[in-house]
Amino acid sequence: MCLGVPGRVVDAALEDGVMMGRVDFGGVARKVCLDHVRDVVPGEYVLVHVGFALSKLDEAEAKRVFELLAELGQLEDIPPEVPEGFR
Amino acid sequence: MTGVSCPLPIGAYDHVVLGHGSGGRLSADLVERLFVPTLGLDRNAPLEDQATVTLDGGARIAITTDSFVVSPIFFPGGDIGRLAIDGTVNDLAVGGADPRWIAAAFVLEEGLPFADLQRIVASMREACREAEVRLVTGDTKVVERGKGDGIFITTTGVGTVPAGRSLSIAAARPGDRILVSGSLGDHGVAILSVREGIALETELKSDVAPVIGLVRALLAAAPGTRAMRDPTRGGLASATNELAVASNIGVRLVERALPIRDEVRAACEIWGLEPLHLASEGRVMAIVPPQEADRALAAMRAHPLGRDAAIVGECTAEHSGIVSLVSRAGGERIVAMLAGEPLPRIC
Amino acid sequence: MKFIDEYREAATVNQLTSAIAAATTRPWVVMEVCGGQTHSIVRYGLDALLPAGVELVHGPGCPVCVTPLETIDRAHAIAGQPGVILCSFGDMLRVPGSNGDLLSLRARGADVRVVYSPLDALTVAAANPTRQVVFFAIGFETTAPPNAMAIALAKRRGLSNFSALVSHVLVPPAMKSILDSDDNRVQGFLGPGHVCTVMGTSEYGPIAEHYRVPIVVTGFEPVDLLDGMLRCVRQLEAGRADVEIQYGRAVRPEGNAAARAIVEEIFEPCDRGWRGLGTIAMSGLRLRAEHRELDAETRFSVGHIATRESAVCISGRILKGLAKPCDCPAFGTQCTPEAPLGATMVSSEGACSAYYQYGRRKGPAA
Repeated sequence: MCLGVPGRVVDAALEDGVMMGRVDFGGVARKVCLDHVRDVVPGEYVLVHVGFALSKLDEAEAKRVFELLAELGQLEDIPPEVPEGFR
Repeated sequence: MTGVSCPLPIGAYDHVVLGHGSGGRLSADLVERLFVPTLGLDRNAPLEDQATVTLDGGARIAITTDSFVVSPIFFPGGDIGRLAIDGTVNDLAVGGADPRWIAAAFVLEEGLPFADLQRIVASMREACREAEVRLVTGDTKVVERGKGDGIFITTTGVGTVPAGRSLSIAAARPGDRILVSGSLGDHGVAILSVREGIALETELKSDVAPVIGLVRALLAAAPGTRAMRDPTRGGLASATNELAVASNIGVRLVERALPIRDEVRAACEIWGLEPLHLASEGRVMAIVPPQEADRALAAMRAHPLGRDAAIVGECTAEHSGIVSLVSRAGGERIVAMLAGEPLPRIC
Repeated sequence: MKFIDEYREAATVNQLTSAIAAATTRPWVVMEVCGGQTHSIVRYGLDALLPAGVELVHGPGCPVCVTPLETIDRAHAIAGQPGVILCSFGDMLRVPGSNGDLLSLRARGADVRVVYSPLDALTVAAANPTRQVVFFAIGFETTAPPNAMAIALAKRRGLSNFSALVSHVLVPPAMKSILDSDDNRVQGFLGPGHVCTVMGTSEYGPIAEHYRVPIVVTGFEPVDLLDGMLRCVRQLEAGRADVEIQYGRAVRPEGNAAARAIVEEIFEPCDRGWRGLGTIAMSGLRLRAEHRELDAETRFSVGHIATRESAVCISGRILKGLAKPCDCPAFGTQCTPEAPLGATMVSSEGACSAYYQYGRRKGPAA
């Protein structure tokens, strides 16, 4: 379920009591409801589902996945494997 | 299953639905299972977008017909008039013909403002000039308000076929390269971006353009080109699937090589759609023998409409009739034709 | 695209698949809960990259697939009423009811409009004050706050022509139902990443503890899914059964309280039937009594809904992870995306559709 797409908040303002803002997804933008992430500031990234920001994206946490991988010690370039034929 | 005298049900429907016009699986089924048998056409002939006929005397002409029902009639980057001319020109061009003459029939809805009609027709004039074709005859009908979406345009295009030229979607062979002349899905996204309910703000415009100049440059550099297609409705997925089936070869595309604009990627992420299913209206897919592929690519890139041309895959002897994609993540999967119209999803 | 591209890189994917192979000493069965995760797994061919012993089974996390047939039929009946505008997410348009789908209803004259956001349905209602606008409010916990907000705003703005047909479902009861089943094979879970942005992880601790299953709350990109798999396998190998967050960039343990607040204001838990799974107690959301006047179910009397499921469809078994799409005799023949027999073939994240679209005629090699 739940197609969620990351986007960058461009602006935010109360509209009729509801926090709304423009979010840029990289060349396309949309007005998004920011009411569930009211402390968001322009420039921050949010996760958007059906036109609503549900969560702010944490860059430090995002990097963590890759840092843990580096710790695994498997840093050599492994050529991408294409599975035999297809299934 | 029913007998040969009755049309077979197309999918689960016994009536036309929008998906039958989307250029995907349902469209193909409608042609193959209703039109072909009912008209008594050769079931084994590949379905081409234009037909080449030989005149008494030996000269060959190509004929194509197309209907344009796009909504909205004015969209970012173009309008239905330009689309009608360029779409017709392109069908002829990718068949290897030199587009020469167009006939256009207009179905106008009662209430269509003259200002709109004027704008559309002026756009057609400009498009004809750019593509070096002449609009030689036309027809006009009017239908009651509510029975037409503003304006529908049906065209017939006629072109001349140079002696010795023979392109066929059934002629691809293993090892042939698949090229595209530029970014995919721009038109499809541009149209959807202004659709009520799912609209997005973007500078992205339709890529609608006449490709005849690009095609001439390509064929001059790569005369061994097997076939071309313009990946319109149904996108590159439909075009490559038609190729795979007609030529009875497999197609393997490489995701990393596909030219796709950031805006198209972002829009597809938001809507949950695949760029490969979305239409382009100013692009060429070309199947080129391997030894001519680099020359073909260079020729396209030298042309203003082909700056982002790329080799995106190849024909293979494996998995005949099937199109696969090696994904950015490394795995391989099949690229199916879209069933019906592209529908945004939330899941 | 930031926060996307780096999670699709082949090199990183390969590091992870190697790590999973290195960590696996015994066979394991892991279920990914969320349909979006299923879609991604099949789209990128990720399960084919797992070592032989690790089996991924696809869970019931596809709200489109599990919406009860009766609700689908009710939506169709409402859409067929004169003057009604039915607003729906695109996913629902091709789901077969007992008699066709919303697309064929539209072909026959019903006004069915696709919306991306529930707020778009409000816009339609405001623009068409003399017509009844019904919003088909489906989804898991992720979509509940947006749907609740739309309903709250409709009330606040006095859009009396707006109503909602609500069919929300909740993940934890479904997971428990699967784990309680006698033929359950699932030993660990990739938890629903976007659901948990709203709900946090507190509901999953008791499940992990009671059933002794690791639950790794996972994202949706290839790197996320394989990272989640790695963490799950490591827990299984170590005999641990903890709730762990893989999708840390979006999920906080406490979730999103503001989002939950609007859900609690508008909805309340209720028993819910799941297509293919039967009724699961307290597994759904419905409108609270004080908001019932916006309930499309009571606003429109559509008579008795007599449902008719395909006798051949095995969606239920697939949703529980007991069968794969290719186990179904109708898969790819009688049942295709163009002519689906059940919801798992229609929904783009239904396992059957994903398998079909991405070419899985046979299962991934064991």
